[in-house]
Amino acid sequence: MVSPILELKDINKSFGHVHANKNINLQINKGTIHGIIGENGAGKSTLMSIVFGLYQTDSGTIKINGKEIKLKSPRDSILSGIGMVHQHFMLVENFSVLENIILGFEGELVFGKNLEKAKKDLKNLCDTYKLNIDLESTISDLSVGFRQRVEILKSLYRGAEILILDEPTGVLTPQEVDELFKILRSLKEEGKTIVLITHKLNEIMDLTSEVSVMRQGEMVGHKKTESTNKEDLAEMMVGRSVLLRINKSATKPGNAVFSVRDLVVKDDLDVTRVKNVNLDIHEGEILGLAGVTGNGQTELLEALSGIRKIESGKIQLFNETISNKNNFFDPKLLKEKGLAHVPEDRQRMGLVTDFKAYENLIFGYHHQEPFSKSSVLKEKEILSFSKKVMEEYDVRPRSPNLITSNFSGGNQQKIILSRELNENPKVLLVGQPTRGVDIGAIEFIHQRLIDMRDKGAAILLVSVELEEVLSLSDRIVVMFDGNIVGEKINKDVTDRELGLLMAGVA
Amino acid sequence: MATAVDKTKVPWWVANLIVPLVNLLLALLVSGLFIFIAGENPLQAVRLIIYGSFGYIEGFAYTLYYTTNFVFTGLAFAVAFHCRLFNIGGEGQAYIGGLGVFLVAINLSFLPVPLVWLLATAGAVVFGAAWAYIPAYLQAKRGSHVVITTIMFNFIASSLMVFLLVDVIRDFKQMGPHTVALPKELWFPTFKELAHLFGVKIRYSPLNLSFLIAIAASFFVWFLIWKTKWGYEMRAVGHNTKAAIYAGISPHKNIIIAMLISGGLAGMLGINEILGVHHKIVAGFPAGYGFTGIAVALMGRNHPIGIFPAAFLFGILYQGGSEVTFDMPNITRYMFVAVQGVIILFSGALENLFRPQIESFFVNRINKEKMA
Repeated sequence: MVSPILELKDINKSFGHVHANKNINLQINKGTIHGIIGENGAGKSTLMSIVFGLYQTDSGTIKINGKEIKLKSPRDSILSGIGMVHQHFMLVENFSVLENIILGFEGELVFGKNLEKAKKDLKNLCDTYKLNIDLESTISDLSVGFRQRVEILKSLYRGAEILILDEPTGVLTPQEVDELFKILRSLKEEGKTIVLITHKLNEIMDLTSEVSVMRQGEMVGHKKTESTNKEDLAEMMVGRSVLLRINKSATKPGNAVFSVRDLVVKDDLDVTRVKNVNLDIHEGEILGLAGVTGNGQTELLEALSGIRKIESGKIQLFNETISNKNNFFDPKLLKEKGLAHVPEDRQRMGLVTDFKAYENLIFGYHHQEPFSKSSVLKEKEILSFSKKVMEEYDVRPRSPNLITSNFSGGNQQKIILSRELNENPKVLLVGQPTRGVDIGAIEFIHQRLIDMRDKGAAILLVSVELEEVLSLSDRIVVMFDGNIVGEKINKDVTDRELGLLMAGVA
Repeated sequence: MATAVDKTKVPWWVANLIVPLVNLLLALLVSGLFIFIAGENPLQAVRLIIYGSFGYIEGFAYTLYYTTNFVFTGLAFAVAFHCRLFNIGGEGQAYIGGLGVFLVAINLSFLPVPLVWLLATAGAVVFGAAWAYIPAYLQAKRGSHVVITTIMFNFIASSLMVFLLVDVIRDFKQMGPHTVALPKELWFPTFKELAHLFGVKIRYSPLNLSFLIAIAASFFVWFLIWKTKWGYEMRAVGHNTKAAIYAGISPHKNIIIAMLISGGLAGMLGINEILGVHHKIVAGFPAGYGFTGIAVALMGRNHPIGIFPAAFLFGILYQGGSEVTFDMPNITRYMFVAVQGVIILFSGALENLFRPQIESFFVNRINKEKMA
């Protein structure tokens, strides 16, 4: 009989009237990799934040190694042997690996004895788990995959026996994911316990021995991974059966309506991020742009949507030049010409998170009738519009007066999509449409994009999720270091091939 | 992070009423300590404040007169703040606004009186806005921080006005740095005259028509910020500039509009002081109202519904305070500047000092009630 290292009993937590965790029971056995899956807003992150001491429970008990403990802050959790690798890394970019790891645990005023000891311990840990990290290198010089390893090393150094990873693969290339999985397996071999929070079913099947499924704040089931499959898990998560891969008809692309010629774009620091890009997007086609984050996709999207000035080249919409090195149309004008943009970073660009939902549902269209007339906002019209689209796009909760930051990521994304797709744009630029969005909503969003395509829209899909690019696109281009390094027709390509292109080795 | 209170669980009345009241109470306690150290009875001082500001009709009218000034400058600060601009130039904008009032009124005095009032008010707005325009332009186009530029513009306004009052528009029959008085028929009707109509005799009262204009201005600001496209765009720029650009909202344009409206509102202090009270430009007439407006706006959470009571509170302090200094020889005028400072400190700078504790206290109590 294996003993549970972590035991949660009847955990409850609410935020306002949102009951984020309802009577959660969970047992995690020592030396296993335990998956926790669920849609966004299902309460996984809340639950793990409770375990890591970031939130306090309203009621319920937590036991570690059979002993009941109170976790009032992350420090308590760290001392109890719990480590967490967050989705967004908590590292000081201009510090070295070593400095980051000992931060807050220096243990002495002037570095000396303890630092030497720390170095030795860290070297040992690196060797044991084959982490292969140079302790002296600066974080900003490291790739995302390595930064994640630094986070893992940090937790291990602080004595973590239980390591919680929150959506660890979202930012990694396929090759980096393989490396991470190797590390996680070797951690397990050495007797560590790993809790993997994810919404990717492949990862659960690959890596875990047990899996717990959450839905709408409740734990809906615990399974042995070997005795379940992806379809069952997806159904448990969503509460109905889901299509894992979208059905779509063959495409009948029309004329090129959006074209980019010899485009060069610099970022805010004057670094050239887009180097000589050429693209054509046709009516009735989804062009997928794959690539690892930070290879110029962000700047490309911003240039195409009239947010960023370009250095040289030109961008044309319906044969009209909308951007050249001297001038560009602003987003307001582009909207009138039939171009809509779902930005990559929904919280920092797509939404004003402090606004109420209805204010965001008209964001960028607020000056148009029927939303405003002679500069006065028409609240009645805006509210009835909001209710209509929230119903249509199944935004939950259906409260147009709720502040947007209180919606889950998936629902925030739906707010943006309902706003941008409502006007039936002829050209649609979409960045990371399903980042941090749950399976049920992904299916819905994907279906909407296909519908738009079938209605004749020209769509550019920028995504770091290979699965998504493969599932939706008719044609795929790969961006690496500011250049388009390959173009493939979707049906002739494998994810291995794309992965190599994305890594810049092919 | 560990002590964070779940904001969605905090009832609105705790965040918006209890917390400011506790801060105010603390400020008064500390102020009481000052008065005690100065050798006077704090309770007696409180009694005097209340008597001075409410106890007799002239006193109450004075309270409302001060309130008028704070409403204008508080609203001015709030409008800019919704666009995340820290306009601390209200003092200078008010000063120049006064110049606008005077110049319009003295030069157009041949027109019908209500029309002169209207145009003089417009003069206050235009001059105040113009004084805010340069810092606004520099912020929008050059990124020069408005905090720096507006405070500089306070000094420039003050020097410019001294120059004008000494060398250009001074009443040359006098030695003092002030202009000639406006013709009597252009003076704003006062509360004293209104009271006389009802047969109540009042000695003197500076309270005038401007008080009603201040109420109207509060409604205007509420409508502007929450009900119009302009307010919507300003708030969007203030909360998230990047998102605003994405949505085709120009931060430059909105920074300038917000600052112009802010400067215009500050300029309206000039109508209260010049059409209502002095009837001429007196050197230094804004007397710190512009700065106190910052505290009023912060205390009122930048919403007209909050700004009005906050302005009233400062009105009480100004009026009651002068009563105290009159009756208590050990308490000087500067003592009350210190009291205001303490209030600003507790309700502005230290606003969040006790917020987490107070909020979690109420949240826990509510949780317990639910359990029971």
